[in-house]
Amino acid sequence: MTTTQANDAIATDDQKLAQLKEFIAQTQKDEHPDSFLIAVLHKAQELYSYLPVPVMDEIAQEMAIPTAHIWGVATFYHYFNLTPPGQHVISICLGTACYVRGAAQILQTLRDELKIDMGQVTPDGLFSLQPARCLGACGLAPVVMIDDKIHGELTPKKMIQILNQYRKQAKK
Amino acid sequence: MTKERELAVATTYRIIVCDGTTCINRGSRNLISRLREQLERHGLADRSTISLSGCLGMCDKGPILVVNPGYTIYGNVTEADIPEIVEEHLLHNRPVARLAIQEDHLYNRFFRVFGDAKFFGKQMRITLRNCGIIDPENIDNYLSLRGYEALARVLTDMTPESVVAEVEASGLRGRGGAGFPTGMKWKFTAAQKATPKYVICNADEGDPGAFMDRSAIEGDPHTVVEGMAIGGYAVGASKGIVYIRAEYPLAIKRITKAIEDARAHGLLGENILGSSFSFDIEIRLGAGAFVCGEETALIHSIEGTRGMPRPRPPYPSVQGLFGLPTVINNVETWANIPVIILDGAKWFQTVGTETSKGTKVFALAGKVVNTGLIEVPMGTSLREIIYDVGGGIPGGKKFKAVQTGGPSGGCLPEQYLDTPIDYESLAKAGSIMGSGGMIVIDEDSCMVDIAKFFLEFTQNESCGKCTPCREGTKRMLEILTRITEGKGRAGDIEKLERLGNMIKKASLCGLGQSAPNPVLSTIKNFREEYEEHIHQGRCRARVCTNLVTYQITEKCVGCGACRKVCPVVAISGTAKKQHVIDQDKCVKCGMCFNTCKFDAIVKV
Repeated sequence: MTTTQANDAIATDDQKLAQLKEFIAQTQKDEHPDSFLIAVLHKAQELYSYLPVPVMDEIAQEMAIPTAHIWGVATFYHYFNLTPPGQHVISICLGTACYVRGAAQILQTLRDELKIDMGQVTPDGLFSLQPARCLGACGLAPVVMIDDKIHGELTPKKMIQILNQYRKQAKK
Repeated sequence: MTKERELAVATTYRIIVCDGTTCINRGSRNLISRLREQLERHGLADRSTISLSGCLGMCDKGPILVVNPGYTIYGNVTEADIPEIVEEHLLHNRPVARLAIQEDHLYNRFFRVFGDAKFFGKQMRITLRNCGIIDPENIDNYLSLRGYEALARVLTDMTPESVVAEVEASGLRGRGGAGFPTGMKWKFTAAQKATPKYVICNADEGDPGAFMDRSAIEGDPHTVVEGMAIGGYAVGASKGIVYIRAEYPLAIKRITKAIEDARAHGLLGENILGSSFSFDIEIRLGAGAFVCGEETALIHSIEGTRGMPRPRPPYPSVQGLFGLPTVINNVETWANIPVIILDGAKWFQTVGTETSKGTKVFALAGKVVNTGLIEVPMGTSLREIIYDVGGGIPGGKKFKAVQTGGPSGGCLPEQYLDTPIDYESLAKAGSIMGSGGMIVIDEDSCMVDIAKFFLEFTQNESCGKCTPCREGTKRMLEILTRITEGKGRAGDIEKLERLGNMIKKASLCGLGQSAPNPVLSTIKNFREEYEEHIHQGRCRARVCTNLVTYQITEKCVGCGACRKVCPVVAISGTAKKQHVIDQDKCVKCGMCFNTCKFDAIVKV
């Protein structure tokens, strides 16, 4: 599927769009409706797992904010994805505590193993890799969060084993 | 059964009556029968024990009673006081202040539950007083430990001016890092005529290696809600906003529930507790931008735009959110407010140092035995924190530095270990208090690499608005990168210093003004490591890969494992004989080092 086709498919996903529009409508009753842009983007990402351009256009229409401004906001904040993430999102903690305890080695292992860099998705779409600032699990440093699960006290070897578990599951 | 009653029934009481000669002479034994009678009357007899003690030593105040839970010591007790003590203290969990000799300071509570384990010994929990004790999702738990009592007190007994005056008198300073006096901030906003006014709780904790705010909200969200409501009353704001990181789902859930429960109990909303004061709180999520911890950037983010700072003045206390007067305080600052109201500014002033009052929460992490969240009185030394609370360095390694203040702070070596924790002393030593990240670094870390790590972070997080920060941090990072790659040049250290000082002076906001700190402080305290990297091509911690060579020692048994994993075929040797690494071919990937089971490969 080309990107345009994918975008068309997204724009026509009526159910999600209806949900988003309903959320936007609620925010527009407030005294400062524009101030809810970030909240709306959070909602959109929750629905679509990233922020497709056609969806940003819809938001622009509904909130009467130029798409250019929305794009500016979406690109400013790290939390918003502009491309679809992998099936499993790997967030590697690059907080200081993890760094001091060897996060750099874990990152190298992930890069070597998955052959992708930060912000990229593996060709099979199984994993995407993103940096995380402190996950607050400093006692377990170094840590990686895959989806919502924290894996701690990692070594390069342990990291590879964990990846293999996810790969195995995906094959089933 | 009322909630108070339920709680009272579930608790076991122990009342100690002093049975020393003076107390007996002053009538202590008459108290016992009266106590029994009152306990019977309220149906608490099977859950209570009355014991006699030897002389407690406070003879001039006899007869003495000690009531647990509560650890409250009552003096000059007469028979007529007994019904009040039983009803107020035991049934309603409200110690009778007029008879109490030792006040029930809120922070003491922690030790009653967890005792005086070494980890807690040097700690004093004011903002974390309820963390680990109450169920954070249960408002009744919070209420039973004098929760919202401070709010009730300000609404009934205090004018907004007197609340501001009390906070100002307490000497509380902003816990977000800069240490601006909180009372003064409130005063500025209270003096403004424009309405509506806002109070904001900054929970956008972006410092890598810090999790104080997250844990505080997860452990005791109501204290933040209560603090904000008191702040709202003091400055005349009707709306509060909690700006919290989207990366903290549990904290978001708990603060949301706390706000809903408070609303349901009439502690937020219209006419709180029957007063004319109306106040409500809403939540706004951050989206992962470190610079949004800066107050003007945070305001822009709440307004729904790119979170970039703007020049000050006007300060947010005059022109903040939507151009209206706004008080912005950090989570920890808000959590101090109820305690200051309940225990008083006078008491709060007794904790801490001359210029820094109260306690500070730190996220202690890195190369230290006990990693976790701690709260110590200001003035505690770094040594006490690292060795007494933190349990020292694991694995018999040598301490090298402690990093405070995250990417805005500095690294302090051993000679600064006796520095007391307060805003001024840390600044004098070349670091900052910051929001509370504290990372212990041992001999296995390279200081140039650490400086590079922090600068990579700030460079990446620089919003790009002002040139010194955007371009300057980039250039500094380039220089640091080449030093760690063994390509450092003579004069690089001086160039870093010059650039760093320039960025500090010329940047618009706190992010840029403090970004060079990790580099400047490591140059100041570990200059020899920079020099070794540049002039000798040596990294003493063996971290910078380009400056490390791998060698095989005589421990080698010739298993060939390293030879097989080497990606560039740099290792040669025959079976059962010591192997060698061809240094010209070696790409220093470290695969052989990780593979060897005999510790025969060393980094030099």
